[in-house]
Amino acid sequence: MRPYRLKILRFDPSKDSNPHWQVYQIRMGEYERLLDGLIRIKGEIDGTLTFRRSCAHGICGSCAMKINGKNSLACQTLAKDLPEETVVEPLQGYPVIRDLVVDMGEFFRKNDEVMPYLINPEPPPDRERLQSPEEQQRILQSITCIMCGSCTGACPSYWLDRQYLGPSALLKAYRFIFDSRDRATKERLRKILHEHGLWRCHTIYNCVEVCPKEIDITYHIKALKRLALREALRIRQG
Amino acid sequence: MAAEFHIHDIVVIGSGLAGLRAALEAKRHGTVAVLAKLYPTRCHSTAAQGGIAAALGNEEPDSPEWHFYDTVKGSDFLGDQDAIEVMCEDAIRTVIELEHMGVPFSRTPEGKIAQRRFGGHTRDFGAAPVRRACYSADRTGHAIVFALYEQCQLAGVEFFSEFHVLDIVVRDGKAAGVIALELATGKLHAFQARAVVVASGGYGRLFKTTSNAITNTGDCLSILFQRGLPLEDMEFFQFHPTGIYGLGILITEGARGEGGVLRNRQGERFMERYAPTIKDLAPRDMVSRAILQEIREGRGIDGRDFVYLDLTHVPEGVIEERLPEIRQFCRVYLGIDPSDSPIPVVPTAHYGMGGIPTDIDGRVLSDERGNVVRGLYAAGECACVSVHGANRLGCNSLLDTVVFGRRAGIAIGRELKYLEPSTIQDEEVKKVESDIERVLSRKGKVRTAHLRRALQECMMQRCSVFRSESSLKEALKEIGDLREMYQEVGIQDKGRVFNTELTEVIELGHLITLAEIVAGSALQRTESRGAHYREDHPERDDRNFLKHTFAFSTDRGILFRFKDVTITRFQPEERRY
Ligand SMILES: Cc1cc2nc3c(=O)[nH]c(=O)nc-3n(C[C@H](O)[C@H](O)[C@H](O)COP(=O)(O)OP(=O)(O)OC[C@H]3O[C@@H](n4cnc5c(N)ncnc54)[C@H](O)[C@@H]3O)c2cc1C
Ligand code: SF4
Ligand code: FES
Repeated sequence: MRPYRLKILRFDPSKDSNPHWQVYQIRMGEYERLLDGLIRIKGEIDGTLTFRRSCAHGICGSCAMKINGKNSLACQTLAKDLPEETVVEPLQGYPVIRDLVVDMGEFFRKNDEVMPYLINPEPPPDRERLQSPEEQQRILQSITCIMCGSCTGACPSYWLDRQYLGPSALLKAYRFIFDSRDRATKERLRKILHEHGLWRCHTIYNCVEVCPKEIDITYHIKALKRLALREALRIRQG
Repeated sequence: MAAEFHIHDIVVIGSGLAGLRAALEAKRHGTVAVLAKLYPTRCHSTAAQGGIAAALGNEEPDSPEWHFYDTVKGSDFLGDQDAIEVMCEDAIRTVIELEHMGVPFSRTPEGKIAQRRFGGHTRDFGAAPVRRACYSADRTGHAIVFALYEQCQLAGVEFFSEFHVLDIVVRDGKAAGVIALELATGKLHAFQARAVVVASGGYGRLFKTTSNAITNTGDCLSILFQRGLPLEDMEFFQFHPTGIYGLGILITEGARGEGGVLRNRQGERFMERYAPTIKDLAPRDMVSRAILQEIREGRGIDGRDFVYLDLTHVPEGVIEERLPEIRQFCRVYLGIDPSDSPIPVVPTAHYGMGGIPTDIDGRVLSDERGNVVRGLYAAGECACVSVHGANRLGCNSLLDTVVFGRRAGIAIGRELKYLEPSTIQDEEVKKVESDIERVLSRKGKVRTAHLRRALQECMMQRCSVFRSESSLKEALKEIGDLREMYQEVGIQDKGRVFNTELTEVIELGHLITLAEIVAGSALQRTESRGAHYREDHPERDDRNFLKHTFAFSTDRGILFRFKDVTITRFQPEERRY
C-alpha cells in the first residue's frame, strides 16, 4: 500500500457555477485499479464523488476519464503505474453532467449515423454465411471497440469541429464496410464522405494513443480513405 | 420535481441480451421502450467470453439431443425438461439467426462458425467432450450485444439509457408499467404499458468474490418479491471455478476448452481424480468444489488459498487467436503472460440459476401452480424457466437469453390484443418519490460501503460453495442484523443530478432482501444438488427434493412452497463424469 494524492476535478450543476479541484488522500496497493481508489473515496470519505462504473475490467466502457492528462479507463489503470500525485478529470471532449460523468449522447448518435448494422439484401442461406478466417481477420480489431469514447474526445480534429464524426464512428463504418457479408459499402461511404466526415481525419494518432483496447484506429481510417479514393476514381471513370 | 408520464405498448427493463432480443421481437407488434440503468451496450452480457452453445456439428458430429441430455444432467436433474428441450432444439436456428444479423463468430478454415469444447458438453450422452460452443474469440457476449443493439436501433426500438428502475407496478394481477429514475436529471418517469418484460440480469454482487459487474444487484427480483411474487430456486448460485485470485475477474472455461488444466501445489492435474472421464471440463459445481477441497487439504499453491490454471503448454498462437482478452487481463491485472506463467485462480460467484419463475413463453408465474401475471414477462438471468436447474452449463446462458427473450417477444405478439393499456396512478409515483426523499434525508452513521462489504463477506463465508445448517443459520442471523443496520445508513449526497450514492443505497437494500431469500432457500433444502452443497447433507435426495423451491414474502417472513420438476425424457441417475 502506498499513499496517493488524487486531485479530482469536481462539478455539481445544482451547486457550482464552475468546476473546482478537490484533493483526496488515500492508500492503494500496487495492483489495485484507480477505480478501486475512487470507489474507496466514495465509500469511506465522500459519498458525493460521482463517476460511472460497471464491469471493473475494461469491457463495458463506462469508466473512461482523463487520468494525468490522458483519456483512459479507471478500471484498467493500476496504482503501480500512477504517480503519487495523480490528476483525474472528466473524459476530455464531452460536456460534463457532474464530476467525472460526461454526456455521451452525441457520441452515440454519431455512431448511429454510419448505419452500424449488417446490410445484406440477398436472402440468407439456411446455414451461416461463410466467411474465411482471412476475411474475418480484416474486421477483427474493429469489432473489439467498447465505445468508451476516449478516442473521439482526444481528437484535435474533433476539438475544432464538434460535428466531425470522429474516430470511433469511422471505425464502426469500417467494421461493416470491410465485413465480407455486408453489401452496403456505397450507402455507408456516402454517410461518411461529407465535410464533417472521413477527410477531417488528419492522421494525428491521438486516438490510437488513448484506445484502451489498443485498436490501431488510424490504420482503419486510412483503409477507408484508400477505398473512398478508389471508389471516386471508379465513378469518375464511369 | 414533477414526474413525466410515458405510454408504450411494451416496456422492457434491461438492455442485456435477453432484453434486446425480447425488444427486437416485440417491436414487430407495437411500440417498445427499453430502460436500462446503463448505456445499452454497457450491460454485463458484454462481459461474456466463452461462447454460446448450439449443436451445429461444424467441427465434429453433434446433436441437439446430446445437448438436451447434457443440460439435464448438468442441472443435476432439476431443470425442467420441456423447457430444456425447447432451448436445445432452438439453439441451431438461434445461432444461425445471430450470424445473419452480423455477429462476427470465429471461423473454421472452411468459413463456418468455429466451435470449441466447454464444461459438461459431451457427445454420445457423456462419452467425451464435444465442440459445441460457438464463439467470437473470447468476446462472444460483446459481439452479440452489439449486433442485437444495432438491430434494435434499425427496428426503431426506443432506448432510455441510464434510467434506473425503482418500481414495477402490478395491479389486479396485471402489469401496469414501470417507475424509473432518470439519473442525469434526478427526475421520476412513469412508463405505462400493456406489457412489461423484466430482463434485468444477475445478482452476483451478493458475494465478495464475483465475476459480476458492480451494477449486478438484482433490483428487479427484489422489487417483484416485495410486491408478493415468488422467486424460484434461489438456493442455487453458481461459482465459476476460475476467477482471477483476489479480483474475481473471470477466466473463461474456454481456456480449459482450448487445453488449459488446473494444477495444485504439487503440480498435479487434480481434476483427473474428481472426474476421470472429462477431467477439467467437468461441470462448474464439481470443479469449484474440487478446487476448494484441494485448498482445504493444504494443496493450494504454497499452501495458500488458490490453485493454478495452467495454459503454458497451449500453443501461443491459440492463446493469441482465441483467448486474446484473457491474455490481456492477465497482463494488465496480474502482470503475467499466460503463455509463460500459470494463472492463480479461485472460484468466483458467477450466475444465479434461480430467479423470477416463468413458463416456456416467458410469462411470469404468480405461484407454484402455474398461474400467470397478465402482461408480465421475464427472460435472461433474472428469470428461472428453469433450464439450468441446480447448475448451469457454460454457454447455455447466452443461449437461454436469446431463445427465451425471443419467445417472450413472440408471446407478447400473441397476447397483446388481450392486454389493455394500463395507467400508473399519481399516488404510485408519489410513493416512490417519498421513498427517495426518505433515503435522501437519512442522517445515520452507517456507511453503505461498510454494510455492503459485511453482507458480501457473510454470504461468501456462510452461503457460497459449501453450506451447512449452522452456517446458514448464522448467515440468516447476520443478514437480519444487517437489515437493522440498514435503517441507520446515512447519505451525504442530497442532490438529484446523477446521485449514485442514492442508487447504491437502494441497490444495497435489494441485495439484503435477496441474501435472505438465498440463505433461507438454502437452509430448507436439506440435500446436496448441483451448486447447492450441504456438508451436513452431502447426498442428493430425489425422494424429498426433486422439486423447485418457490419463496414468497409474507408478514411472518419467507414462506416456501414447491413445484414438481418436469421430467419428460431422462430419468434422474447418478451424476458421474
Ligand atoms: C464474466 C462473465 C462471463 C460470462 N460468459 C458467458 C459465456 O461465455 N457464455 C454464456 O452462455 N454465459 C456467460 N455468462 C453468463 C451470461 O453472460 C449472463 O448470464 C447473461 O449475459 C445475462 O444476460 P441478461 O440479458 O439476462 O442480463 P445483463 O446482460 O446483465 O443485462 C441486464 C440489464 O438490466 C439492466 N438493469 C438491471 N437492473 C436495472 C434497474 N434497476 N433499472 C434499469 N435497468 C436495470 C442493466 O442495465 C442491463 O442493461 C458470463 C457471465 C459473466 C459475468
Ligand atoms: S476505438 Fe478504442 S478508444 Fe475509441 S471508443 Fe472504441 S475502445 Fe474506446
Ligand atoms: S468499469 Fe467497465 S470499462 Fe471500466
